[in-house]
Amino acid sequence: MNIHEFQAKEILKRFGVAVPRGFVASTPEEAKAAAVELGGGVCVVKAQIHAGGRGKGGGVKLVKNAEEAAEKARDMLGKNLVTHQTGPEGRQVRRVLVEQGLNIQRELYLAMVLDRAQSRVTVICSSEGGVEIEEVAAKHPEKILKESIDPVIGLAPFQCRRLAFALGIPAELAAKTVSVMQGLYRAFDECDASLAEINPLIITKEGQVMALDAKMNFDSNAFFRQKDIVALRDLTEEDPREVEASKYDLSYISLDGNIACMVNGAGLAMATMDIIKLCGGEPANFLDVGGGANKEKVAQAFKILLADQRVCGVLINIFGGIMRCDVLAQGVVDAARELNVSVPLVVRMQGTNVEIGRKILADSGLTIISTETMAEAAEKIVKAVKT
Amino acid sequence: MSILVNKKTHVLTQGITGATGQFHTKACKEYGTEMVAGVTPGKGGTSFEDIPIFDTVERAVKETGANATVIYVPPPFAADAILEAADAGIPPIICITEGVPVRDMVKVKRYLAGRNSQLLGPNCPGTITPGECKIGIMPGHIHKPGTIGVVSRSGTLTYEAVDQLTRLNMGQSTCVGIGGDPVHGFEFVDVLALFNNDPGTEAVVMIGEIGGSAEEEAAAWIKINMKKPVVGFIAGQTAPPGKRMGHAGAIISGGKGTASEKIAAMKAAGIHMASSPATIGRTMQEALGK
Repeated sequence: MNIHEFQAKEILKRFGVAVPRGFVASTPEEAKAAAVELGGGVCVVKAQIHAGGRGKGGGVKLVKNAEEAAEKARDMLGKNLVTHQTGPEGRQVRRVLVEQGLNIQRELYLAMVLDRAQSRVTVICSSEGGVEIEEVAAKHPEKILKESIDPVIGLAPFQCRRLAFALGIPAELAAKTVSVMQGLYRAFDECDASLAEINPLIITKEGQVMALDAKMNFDSNAFFRQKDIVALRDLTEEDPREVEASKYDLSYISLDGNIACMVNGAGLAMATMDIIKLCGGEPANFLDVGGGANKEKVAQAFKILLADQRVCGVLINIFGGIMRCDVLAQGVVDAARELNVSVPLVVRMQGTNVEIGRKILADSGLTIISTETMAEAAEKIVKAVKT
Repeated sequence: MSILVNKKTHVLTQGITGATGQFHTKACKEYGTEMVAGVTPGKGGTSFEDIPIFDTVERAVKETGANATVIYVPPPFAADAILEAADAGIPPIICITEGVPVRDMVKVKRYLAGRNSQLLGPNCPGTITPGECKIGIMPGHIHKPGTIGVVSRSGTLTYEAVDQLTRLNMGQSTCVGIGGDPVHGFEFVDVLALFNNDPGTEAVVMIGEIGGSAEEEAAAWIKINMKKPVVGFIAGQTAPPGKRMGHAGAIISGGKGTASEKIAAMKAAGIHMASSPATIGRTMQEALGK
């Protein structure tokens, strides 16, 4: 789960990381009032959407006074902001963050991520801040510094000092930098984050070490103990079909093709998408109905799949094993009738009572193509969609 | 021969009184697995299907000699269950639970360092030595005793591969699910090393998916050490970057962990790659010259 910049900054502030003074505004008037509150002088208006690259996309503007802040906010609010991460349609800006202007001397990069190979959280930092870190890693790998964190000890001060001195932070600011790094780690750890990134981390002419931007992602497995974080979720930033699917404990990801698929298990669902592509088709989605796919779940999954106007055919691939195919088949037939499915439907199932299941499909009177193997299923649906 | 589990494996179920724990404990027992004990704190002294239940893992091991454990306890308590099993000195710990927080697993891994525990999962289907011992949620009937080792990050996709092998009359020595989470116990390399040394395993099927770099590390290891043919498949060739494909671990982030990178590394290591998930069995037949 992602959150907005202003929310991430509120979290960081709680953990002792300095952030610029600022206020959130959802109207030009509020933006003006925020700028006045900040002193009425130079400030920055930043569009709040869940995507990076806002600066290049025109979503971050430096303004000289409160009038101009209102003007820029008016330009952004309600409009769709397009960045390299939003896709061509962009994301609607519903709020802006108005922040004090600062005298930036240096821009650095600081982040906490999970290092899967080490099974540990790793600090990553670089003297090259304010730019895409992937670019720095590709062009100047020597400018990426890392420290692996022992979960029992936490991020040790010596590790932070080592990084700070390697970054060329002046000695008198070392302690402040250490405290920012430790604060960021504590925020990452205590909030069950999966990413916490400050880019850029700035040093001002006045000698402050501050998070000028902030991004945090969270581990959804930990939501049972992170009620405050869950409350920050902004559903308007997410794909409505993915939100609908998550209500029924279905894992759904929208893709660009026209063949919808319904599968049990994430690996098999990915493999089903792959085989559709291999047969010359394009998958419309990833959908994992999970282990206990009962009649109700199948019906809900169907509704979500068919809500996508581009869908010209549906492939159901269930390797039940323990699951009973007769129950599944009945669920498919009922849902197909109820929803009046008019696009070609190919069903491949394996598991207990598979013969009875196939008979239910055959006797239903519906035009359901039943197959034994997934290769056959993929070929048939691709062919059906093309004709 | 086999790896990890066999006829002599005596299994403990942690979380035996929950619906999932009961269902699968019963199914494993019916398959022929020696299910010797259960643990649910506070339910000690009772029993399920004639299997005695204890309050602690330590006690269960002491009383029944359980030498493997399977965990079905809910996500908030799963990490603690793994720690308890490791503390009791049980070697194979098979954690089926899906949805364990990453932070918990980072601590678990730290605790397991330097111990002899063999953790599979979390979020895995378990492990089976066909005809001898089934621990987990996989359907037993699709398996067949034989000489092909199977190791996978996936669940149902593994069943698909096993089904293909069985239909082509290639039985399995042991099938091992290592799980789809970003931080988990055994890696491909750990399981491959066991298969490499198992005289009962003739060849190995390795099923990976997008995300992380475990497949690349396995490929590097295979290139140097593996004495047996390996057939591979990577799921998620059509997955877009930045989207988590069901499994927490299956995500392409920062341009890393793509299927094409993994497939290239595996091919370079001499692994026979199945281009389609429907041809895993056939690719094994070809690799063995059958």
